[in-house]
Parts: sequence; C-alpha cells; structure tokens
Amino acid sequence: MTSNGFTPARVARLAVLSFGALVFLAPYIFMISTAGKAQSDIFTSSLSLIPQQWFFFENFAKAWSRVSMTTLLFNGVLVCLLILVFQVVVAIPCAYAMAKLKFRAARAMMVLVMLGLLVPIHATALPLYVAFDRVGALNSYVALVAPFTISVFGIFLFLQFFRSMPDDLIHAARLDGMSEIGIIARVIVPNAWPAITAFAIFSVVAHWNDLYWPLIVVSNQAYATPPLGLLYFRAAEAGDDYGALMAATLIITFPLVAAFLLAQKRFVEGITMTGLKG
Amino acid sequence: MSALSLRNIEKSFGGNAILKGVSLDAEPGEFIALVGPSGCGKSTLLRILAGLETADSGTITVGDQDLTKLQAAARNVAMVFQSYALYPHLTAAQNIAVPLVMRRLTRAQRLPLLGPLMPGQRQAIADIKRDVRDMAVSLKIDHLLDRKPGQMSGGQRQRVALGRAMVRRPAVFLMDEPLSNLDANLRVHARGEIVEMHRRAGVPTVYVTHDQAEALSMADRVAVMIGGSLLQLAAPAVIYDDPQHVEVAKFVGQPRINLISQQVAADGTVGLGEARCGLSRIDVAVGSEVTLGIRPEFVSVSREGRGLPALVERVEFLGSEIIVYSRLEQSGDTMIAKLTPAEGAGLSTGKRIHLAAAPERLFVFAEDGRRLRSTSLIDSDVRELAYG
Ligand SMILES: Nc1ncnc2c1ncn2[C@@H]1O[C@H](COP(=O)(O)OP(=O)(O)OP(=O)(O)O)[C@@H](O)[C@H]1O
Ligand SMILES: [Mg+2]
Repeated sequence: MTSNGFTPARVARLAVLSFGALVFLAPYIFMISTAGKAQSDIFTSSLSLIPQQWFFFENFAKAWSRVSMTTLLFNGVLVCLLILVFQVVVAIPCAYAMAKLKFRAARAMMVLVMLGLLVPIHATALPLYVAFDRVGALNSYVALVAPFTISVFGIFLFLQFFRSMPDDLIHAARLDGMSEIGIIARVIVPNAWPAITAFAIFSVVAHWNDLYWPLIVVSNQAYATPPLGLLYFRAAEAGDDYGALMAATLIITFPLVAAFLLAQKRFVEGITMTGLKG
Repeated sequence: MSALSLRNIEKSFGGNAILKGVSLDAEPGEFIALVGPSGCGKSTLLRILAGLETADSGTITVGDQDLTKLQAAARNVAMVFQSYALYPHLTAAQNIAVPLVMRRLTRAQRLPLLGPLMPGQRQAIADIKRDVRDMAVSLKIDHLLDRKPGQMSGGQRQRVALGRAMVRRPAVFLMDEPLSNLDANLRVHARGEIVEMHRRAGVPTVYVTHDQAEALSMADRVAVMIGGSLLQLAAPAVIYDDPQHVEVAKFVGQPRINLISQQVAADGTVGLGEARCGLSRIDVAVGSEVTLGIRPEFVSVSREGRGLPALVERVEFLGSEIIVYSRLEQSGDTMIAKLTPAEGAGLSTGKRIHLAAAPERLFVFAEDGRRLRSTSLIDSDVRELAYG
C-alpha cells in the first residue's frame, strides 16, 4: 500500500473509485449547476452543466429572501445541538454503568438496548405525536428534541468503546478518591473523544437531514428545520422555480458539506471505529 | 496491635471459591510479599483490601480502624497496578497530582472555571505542585513531568505510578506485580528502589508477585498463597528452609525441590538411601504414603561408591553452577542436583552416578501436604558422602 508508483492494479482501482465517486457526486454537481441557471435555461431540451447565463446571484437572493433562511439554519443548528448534548449526557453515564459497574439489572438493560436498536422511529411516531398533542407541545423545540434525547445507538456505541477501556484505570481513579461521576468527568470523557466525535457525526447528520419527524410535529414555519423549510419553500414560494429551490438546497446542505470537508479524517476514523466495534 | 490485619477473607465468583478464609497481619512498616501461582487469587485479595471488590465475609482493619465497609475512595490505601493504569490524557505531573487534588481541594475548588475564585484554592494548588515536584525529584523523574504516559518508557511509567501512589502518604501500600512489564535488568534495579522507597515511607506494604526471587529478596516476610489459601507466612529464609506445606516447598526454590513419594517403613522411618529420618507415630502410621522433599543443593553426586544409583539425563551449565537431572534406577524418580562446576565436571548424559542426600535437609510431608515433624538419623558414613 505504501508504493507511490502507478501500477496497473492501482490505476484500475483508482478508475473504479473515481467512477463511483462521480456517480455519487453527479446529482450534487447537477444541483450546483441548476442553482446557477435561469428558469428558461433549466427547461431547455439540451442538457448542459454550464449555465448559459450566470444566474447564481439572482437565485440565491430569491432563496434567501422568500423564506427565512436564517431561521431555518438557526433551528437546524439549535435542534441538532440540543439533541446531541442530551444524547451524550444521557448515553455516556448509562454506557459507563453498563460497561463497568456491576448491578443486577445490567443484563436486562442490555436486552432493552438491543430491542431499542431494532425499533425504528416510524413505529413510535404516532403514539408520540398523540402524546405531544395532548400536552400541547406540538410546534415547539421540545417536540423536535425530546424524542431523540435517549439514543440507544449512542449507548451501544459508547458501551463498546468503554468495554475496551482497562478496568485498572477505573480502579486507580476510585483509589485516588474520585466518585463515579468524577470518574466519568475526569477519566472516561477525556479518553472517549474518538467515540464522542464519531457519535456526534452520526447524530448531527441524521438529525440535520431528518424530514420525517419535523414534518409530523411542526406546522409553524417558525420552528421548521432546514429540510422542512425546503418543503414549504417548494410548495408555497418557489412553485416550479427550480433555480431558487436548488439554491436553497445548496445553502442548507452547505454546513454539513463544509463540516465534512473540515473533519474528513475524523469522520472516516469514526466510521471505521464503529465498523470494527459496533 | 498490627498495622494491617485481614481476618478470614472469603470470596467466591459465581460459585467458585477463590479466597478460602485468608488471614494476614502486618506490622507497622512491614513489607510482605504475596506470592503464588497464576490464578490463585492474589490480585483478588489486593482488590478486596483496596475496597475495589467486596469480600463475601471477613474483616479488614488498618490500625484501629475497621475498613471492611468503607468505599475505596474513603480508605487511605494506595495501589500500583501491573499495567500502571496512568491516566493517558494527563501528564506525569498531573497524574501524580490527582490523588492530592481529590483529597485536598473541596468540590467547589475543583470546579473548572469557578475553582480559582474559591478562597484558599491558589495556596492549595501551590502546595500540591510543590509536593508533586518533591516526589518527582525523589523518584528521579522530575525531567519527565510534562510528558504524557504514551511518551514514556515502561520503567518511567512505573515510577510515575509509584509516585502517584506514594504522594498522598497512604496508610497501606499495595502493589500488584509492578515490575512484571520491565526487562530483566531494569527489574533488578527497580527492586532495590522499591525497597528503599518503602523503607523511607514506613508504611505496611503488600507486594504481589509471582517471581519468587523478587519475593525472597525484597520482603520482610513472604506469604505463599496457593489455591486461595495462605499456606505459610514467614521470613524468606524460613519459607525456603522450613516450608510448612509441600506446595510451599514446590513453589519456592529454583530449580524445583525434589519430591519423592514413599511409604513409611516398619521402623517408622523414611529416607533416601542411607539418609533417613524418623517420624513420630502420632503423626503418621507405618505404611502410609508420605512425600520426601530435598532441595537440589543438598543432593550430592559421586561417580562410584555408596548412594542411590542413577542415570544422568541432562546437564545444564549455568556458569556459577551446574544442574544435573538424573533418574533413580530403583524407583524411576527424577532427581535434580545443583553442583558447583568443580563437582559437576565431566558429567554428561547417560553417565551412571550415585546420589546421596543430607538427612537433616530432608522434609517429610503428609499425604494432605502438611509438613511432618521428623528427626534426621545421621549415619556417619552418609554424612561423609554428603559433604565429601
Ligand atoms: N470479576 C471476576 N469474575 C469472575 N472470576 C474472577 C473475577 N476476578 C477474578 N476471577 C477469578 O479468580 C481467580 C483469581 O484471580 P486473580 O486475578 O486474583 O489471580 P492472580 O493470583 O492475581 O493471578 P495472576 O498471577 O495471573 O495475576 C481466577 O481464577 C479468576 O478467573
Ligand atoms: Mg493478578
């Protein structure tokens, strides 16, 4: 793997990978291109990537002015952040207890976590909706965040990670005078950054892109998350103005793309870690 | 009153009895080495002592304080782990400071941002820094204080772990095979340092090892644990020269003690050739099975003459000594003899030799492994042979 020469096998491998990357990138590239086209340009019979007239500015201006993009982005950031913080705050102590403490319910909890991994949000959506409706919490950040505060996936991921931490480290911490909370704060968390990063990536990607749940509990634009906002934009404002729609989509996907490019290495690390251990 | 006292500690894991009533007393400042084969429960006993595991029954007292029900954090017990268990994200200085920070600062003073605003926090931190530095200087690791464990060698990590354990002046000091990850040279060097450090601290210490040389050379007393029971607790010389159980005799001594099963003869004696010992009839009946033990250095070898005939199977040259493995012609038992190079000169595989034993060095063990009282019957001829 260390050779830098272009052997035939390497060239072939790169060719296949490049082709795959192109296939996956094509829609995104096409989206960028469409965001730069005028309405008439989009509906020509010929397919071209390069816009005939540069319409980027107009399309972005339209996207930005017609819906409140700042609200959408703010909602997205707030909801993802709240979900992530709650998930980590709940999952880390829980996983620590299951991995390193001896108590009777540990086995039963493990079974529950496994069961939780099997139940999709779609199965519980309706009862949750009814419950939020009864307490009058629809159209609120609570409704957007609360169902996701306990992530069994997070518990499972941290559990695997903590199990591989040496028991002696925790024993030493106890002898040094730390309480269990102290151990979590001073020993577990500082050594669990790879797992926390990996989990954060999964969580943020999933909830930033989530359309299903916001669509159920939010009907007020003030609480719309980015994908939901796009939906409103399409239905109410843009009509068939695809240029502006694509510009809006570009704005909304940009934070994740930027985050990915910045943290590419971590991202890959995170995925391989969970792939190996999860 | 002893400084540390364990009474009848019992522990089982899922129905397997691991510790079967262990009792142990240490004097103030005493260094006790706990040895035993792998899996005999040494680490379990240490963990119980430290409060990391709870015993099924039994009591632990330090001084006049009963620790049995106390949490690990509340016992003033320090431990060095085999893996050192240093905090990987902290530097050496921070690692050593942790027990002091946890004990000397209040909860409020430890808070990340508010802590420095609390009264007295600065002074306390300055004291901790000074103590950490003093400890580092005395362990000669002051140049490593800014490194993280991942950037240190095994020996350096071991010292940091030692520093972290000692810095808070514990009432009891526990070590679980702290040298087993070091190379042979460093290990011998570190032995001396640990003994020296223990002498300065003057705290009762329980030192677990499965290296008998470490145990015999470092400890005031050696506790031999086999299969979850303490079989003997005595000074190193006593453990070696006067084992009270066949397992103790077997475990201690390199090369291993020679053990031969025999039946007690009609005159109430057992022996090897002409080296015989008399047994008390109260202890053991004529005709019952006993085990004779003799250490290799008390077996002598002669080319001809009297003694038990044997065939040499293997000769190991170790520089200052020669180890001869031979098979007794009569009984087929393998005997090991430790000779000086002069005595062993010319011995080679297949040679026929005669073995004799020093009768006063014979140990007799009952069938259940207990040591039996015996009196050596010294035959002047045998004596000559043995020391000739
Ligand atoms: N938490 C546990 N659960 C079940 N069995 C255990 C547990 N801890 C230890 N044991 C068992 O107890 C026995 C003694 O273990 P221990 O670690 O005390 O041995 P040791 O004497 O320290 O051995 P070594 O020299 O290899 O370190 C072993 O058979 C081990 O399998
Ligand atoms: Mg052990």
